[in-house]
Parts: sequence; C-alpha cells; structure tokens
Amino acid sequence: MSYPQPTAGTPGPGPGRTAWREGLDRLRAAAITEPGRLRGIGAVLAGLLIVFGAVTAWQVDDRAAASDAVVGNSQPLSADAADIYRSLADADTTAASGFLAGGQEPRAVRQRYEKDIAVASELLVKAAANTKGSASAREQIAKLNEQLPQYTGLVESARANNRQGLPLGGAYLRYASDRMREELLPAARRLYEAETGRLGSDYDDAERWPWAALGTGVLALAALGWAQRREYLRTNRVFNHGLLGASAATTVVLLWLVVGHGVARAELEDSYAHGAKSLQVLNEARIASLQARGDENLTLVARGAVLTPGGDDAYEASYRAGMRRLVGGDRGGPERGTLLERARSLADDSAGGDPVDKAIEDVRRWQQRHGEARTADDGGNYERALPKVIGERGSTGESFDRVDDALRRALTHEQGEFRRAADDGRGALAGLTAGAAVLAVLGAAGAVLGIGRRLSEYR
Amino acid sequence: MTRGGGALTTRYGARRGVVVTAVTAAVCALAATAALLVPGPAGTDGTRGGEGPVDRAAAGPRVPAAAAKCQDPEASLRPAGGTDGTAVQRIKNRGWLIAGVDQNSFRWGYRDPANGRLSGFDIDLVRAIAKAILGDADKVTFLAIPTNQRIPALEKGKVDIIARTMTINCDRIKQVAFSTAYFEAGQQVLAPKDSPIKAFDDTLKGKKVCTAKGSTGESELTDESHGASVLTVPNQLDCLVRLQLGRVDAVITDNALAAGQAAQDPSLRLVGKPFTTEPYGVAMNLRDADLVRRVNEVLEEYRRGGTASAWMRAYEKWLAHELPGIPGPPVPKYKD
Repeated sequence: MSYPQPTAGTPGPGPGRTAWREGLDRLRAAAITEPGRLRGIGAVLAGLLIVFGAVTAWQVDDRAAASDAVVGNSQPLSADAADIYRSLADADTTAASGFLAGGQEPRAVRQRYEKDIAVASELLVKAAANTKGSASAREQIAKLNEQLPQYTGLVESARANNRQGLPLGGAYLRYASDRMREELLPAARRLYEAETGRLGSDYDDAERWPWAALGTGVLALAALGWAQRREYLRTNRVFNHGLLGASAATTVVLLWLVVGHGVARAELEDSYAHGAKSLQVLNEARIASLQARGDENLTLVARGAVLTPGGDDAYEASYRAGMRRLVGGDRGGPERGTLLERARSLADDSAGGDPVDKAIEDVRRWQQRHGEARTADDGGNYERALPKVIGERGSTGESFDRVDDALRRALTHEQGEFRRAADDGRGALAGLTAGAAVLAVLGAAGAVLGIGRRLSEYR
Repeated sequence: MTRGGGALTTRYGARRGVVVTAVTAAVCALAATAALLVPGPAGTDGTRGGEGPVDRAAAGPRVPAAAAKCQDPEASLRPAGGTDGTAVQRIKNRGWLIAGVDQNSFRWGYRDPANGRLSGFDIDLVRAIAKAILGDADKVTFLAIPTNQRIPALEKGKVDIIARTMTINCDRIKQVAFSTAYFEAGQQVLAPKDSPIKAFDDTLKGKKVCTAKGSTGESELTDESHGASVLTVPNQLDCLVRLQLGRVDAVITDNALAAGQAAQDPSLRLVGKPFTTEPYGVAMNLRDADLVRRVNEVLEEYRRGGTASAWMRAYEKWLAHELPGIPGPPVPKYKD
C-alpha cells in the first residue's frame, strides 16, 4: 500500500485559504494517518452492514408481499374468475335442462339457474373492485357486465315462448346459448387467463432470489474479514470482539435469508405444483363437463336444426369433442393428455385422487347412458330419450351431477392443499424482515465498537 | 289427368288454369313469367335449416339442360289398386310405418313443447298414410331427419317415406320418387305489420333481410337483392328471433314456413305475392314404386270431398289462419 506524500506544492496557510480547501486537507491528513484510516474503515463497515440490513429487509418484504398477493389476492381472483366462468356455463346448461322439461320446469332447476346468474353477477362486482391495473381483465369484466343482462333476457324470451308451446322458444334458447358460447364464455375465459397470468407473475416475484441482499451480505462479510486480517497483521491481535460480533450477525442474517427464502420458495413451488396447477386443470375439466352437458341438452332442443358442414348434428358433435377433451375415447381409463388424466396424475394423495377417479367412473356411465338416449332419439323415440337425459334417476343428468360433484370435491381438496403449502411458504420468511434490521444494526454497532477500541489506543 | 306434359310455357299456366277459383290473373302471369325465366323449379327449395353446401349443390344449378330432360317433375305414378307390392308388404310385415319428418317447423312438423308430441300438417298426412296401409294412424315411427339427410335416409332405407316440406324438383326426382304434390308453396316476404316493406321489390332497398343459409331465399337474394343487405342464419326460425330483436327488417322464406313464423308472432304478416313456385311432395325410394302408387291413392282420398275433404280440414286446422284463401289442394299430375 502506498501513501501519498506531502509535496512542495502544498499551499501553506494564507489569505487564499478557504473552508473547502481546509476540509480537503484534513481529509487528506486523515487518510494518511492510522487513526484516520481506522475511522474510514469503521464508517465503511458500518455503512455496508446497514445497507445489507436495509436491502435484506426491503427484498424480503417484497417477496413476502408477493407471496401474500399470491395467497390473498391473485389466487382468490383467479379462483373467482374460474367461478364466474363455471357459473355462466352452469347457467347455460341449466337453462337448457329447464327448457327441455317445458311447462313442468322443476323448481330446483329454476333456482339453480337463478343462483348461477346471481353468483356470476356478484363475483363480477367483486372482480371489478379488486382487479388493479390489468387492462385486459377490466375490459373482459365490462364486456361480461354488458352481455349478461342480454343473455338472461334471451333466456326469458325462450322460456315464455316455450311455455306457450311455440318452437320459437327453442330458437331463442339456441340464440342465447350461442351468445353465451361466442361472447360471454370467451370473455370469462380471458378474464380467467388474465387473473391466472397475474397469479403466475406474483409467484415469480415471490420466488425470485434476493440477489442484491445476498450480494451486499457477502460483500459485508468479506469487508469484515479483510478488516480483521488487517488488524491481525498490524497488531498481532487475533480477536476483535466487536468485529467478530458483527461477522456473526452478518452470517446469521445471510444464512437466515438463504434458508428462509429457499424453504419459502420450495413451499410456494409445492403450492403451485400441487395446488394452483391442479386447480387449473380441475376447473378446466369441470367446465368441459358442463359444456358437454349443455351440448347434450341442446341436441334435444335443436332437434337437428343446426348441422355441421358434414351433415352431423352440430351439438352432438360438440358433445363428443367435449368428451374427448375430458377423457378421450368411450371406455377404459382416461387417455393421456386429457383433462381428467392430467388431473389424476397431478393429484398427489388419495384425498385428491379419489374424487377424480370417481369423476372418471361417472363420466363413463354418463357416456354409456348418453349412447342409450341417442339410440332412443335416433330411433324416433323422443319420449323415451327425454327422461334418459333430464330424468331424476338413471339419466345422463344424474351422471353429470355426480361428475360435477366429484370435481367440486377435488377442487375443495386442492384449494386446501394450495392454501396450506402457500401459508407454510409465507411462514418461512416470518420475522426475517425485523430480524435482518435488528441484526444489521447490532452488526454495525459491533463494527463501530470494534474499530473504536483500536482507535482508543491512539489517544 | 295427364296434363301439362308438353310445352314448357304451359306448365304452371295450364295447371293454374284448372284451379281457376282463387288464382288471380296477376299470379298467373307471374307464375308464367317465372316458368319462362326459370326453366324447371330446380333450385326452388322449400327447405331450410342447416343446409350445407352439399344440399345446395343437390338443389342444382338452373341449367337449361336439366329442364330439357325434365319437363314435369311433379308428375307421379298413378294409383293402381289391386294387390300390395313388395314395399307395402314390407311395411305391413313390419307392422309400422317409418316416416322422416321435421321437428322444428311450426304448423308442419313440430314437437309441441307442452306434451312432447309431434303435430302439424305433414304429421297428419303421415298418419293418414299409416291408417290407409296399416289400419291404424298411430302405427308410425317418426324419425327427425335433418334437411340434408332426407335423400340419404331414403337411399339407405332408414325410412319408408319423407314428409318434410320437401320440394319436388328436377334434380331430386333423379334420386328419389315423389308422390303427387300435396301443397304448393312459394318464397315470400314476412315483415312487421307497420313495415314499409310491401313485397319482394324495391321497398326492400336499404333494409336488412334474413334468410336461412343454403335456402332458395338466399339464392333468390343473390340473384336480385333489391338493395337489401342479407343476413343468413342456420335455420329459418332463427330469422324470427333476429326480427323480434330488431336485427333485421324482414324475413324471406317460403310462405308455408313463413306462415308458421307469423303464427308465433301476431305482429307479423306475409306481404306481396309468392315469387317462386315450390310443390311439396312425399318422397320415397325410387325402387318403391308400389308405395308411391299407394301413397298417391291415399292422397287422392285425402283430397276428395271438396271443402269437406281431409286435406281441407288439415289446411283449416294448421294453415288457414296465416295462409288464408287457398281453395283446395293442388291438382295431381301423373306421368303414366
């Protein structure tokens, strides 16, 4: 280490001397004397430790806020959006069931429809109040708010005409259902995607390593080590208690940070893999089964009025497509890549897997009953086909209700799993913000005391 | 009874000449003009509902060549009487008649939502046929056959007969056999009662009209839209929904189906005159000639009795309210 020597050019005291120059001279003097250097080292060490504490507190708080957002905001919003989607699809399916029953629309069916619409409206209000920022989400909410009353109006026209015995009612119902499928459900899906996208970015924020805190921590530790080695080399003293204490405090905060964040991250990963991802797949499966049920009903409402370009019944074709997405072919286990197969493989315990197995079993029974109903209807026996679809017992409607119920149970379970893992993750960071602040201040104090002890030897 | 088997120009004129009572001279002129301009009612398709391009192609281009070979598509086989042929025997052995019908055409073939039963003009006709062949009007299995499946269903033997507002035309008689015409429909305009739209003419200028995809209405509008913009929908009944919601100003479909729409909305009415001619027939497999003769025998009976005939009773019951002024069934034509 070389120290600058005073030179001949150094201006002496004189009339040109200013306060600025005086300060500069003092600093220069300080830098070349040992007490001055010690003061500087003490200040740098204390500063580093305070910065480390502050960055750690700030970054940990940031991660905690993000994981709070996952649990308290974006996951519930994503779940609400899924509920909006589901309620709308259920309303459409239920409207078609009630329609098929004609003037004898059971009260329970009517109530279910009304509840679906009420839930969707309520959740839309909630989503509008809680969705911050996302322009796409707000746009979809506005669209849903605009379209929902139109949809219910069309359904009421369908009911009124149907009760008067006019086939026009069926045309209204198909029109209402088209609006639902072409306008409302896609908007609800985009809302769901926007909210789920936010969930994903909140997850990313919560799981990102706090590099700045780790970096300053390592730097502070290195600086403390260097200061202690310097003292040892100059004084042969092995231990400086103040600096040792500061090193210990820094090490504790650093380890706490690495372990705490590591655990939180792992738990959040777990909540995503076993909770959020399962929830998404189960929601998709539930909606696919709802739409297949709606198609099944509309096949009987439309009675061949709408055909695919190939000449098949458009609703029956759509039912089959929905079933393919749900389980694939007609029999056996669900095919690879289908929604129920994915839900089954994501379920990591029997409490989550059993309801999915049950749903698969009931979908198989549903398909079998559907086949019987179609055979009856295609054979000109509408009177026999109708109870096989909307009847209370032994009908496809009964199977569908069972599938829906099983999937609902699976969803409740996965929601619990998600919550538990996410809460564990949040717990892992508990106290770290305050702990980092306190330990950093203690560390800084230790560094100052340690340096101060050496400094006192010069007085 | 073989009438109008000759010159093209007399086809509709001659027949209408027989049905003197109600047909005005104006209609006669219109029909004659139509017959001149449109050689053969190929493409006049009284059907609707999800007709894809396939069916439209089946309805056929209006090529003069088709007309040259086909002068009188609605001429059918004369009732023979005597013993049953193989087709009639097949139905008797089975014990019931299988009929392809529509479930969505109010007043023609529709399922009454109140009781789930099929009813309408076409359905009554099918029951009359079942009663004549099997002695019981209820010995029928009704199959709902989509528009574009009517001919395949007959060819595959899925049904014995199709009674589904099916227009007799030159292209179809190559594929299936028709009975004599049991109703004569035509494309017409349906509009609200206070609408300035008065007919299929320039009063449509600047208006939006609705018609079923692949229907005769669509091809007529492609030829001459009278300045209207066109919305096509899968099924003619969907047009009524659009009309009630104010998305369109008028509907163009054949008057038989338009009557069914007007029956569901009293604020609508048929305006102007029909601007095409579309005879409806019961369709059967080409091989079932004996069944064709038998159905024609039933139709003869159905038409008999003047104003007290079964035909008139069905007309009064299902159609007279919205399609008033039809004095009687079309006169049958035979080719043998």
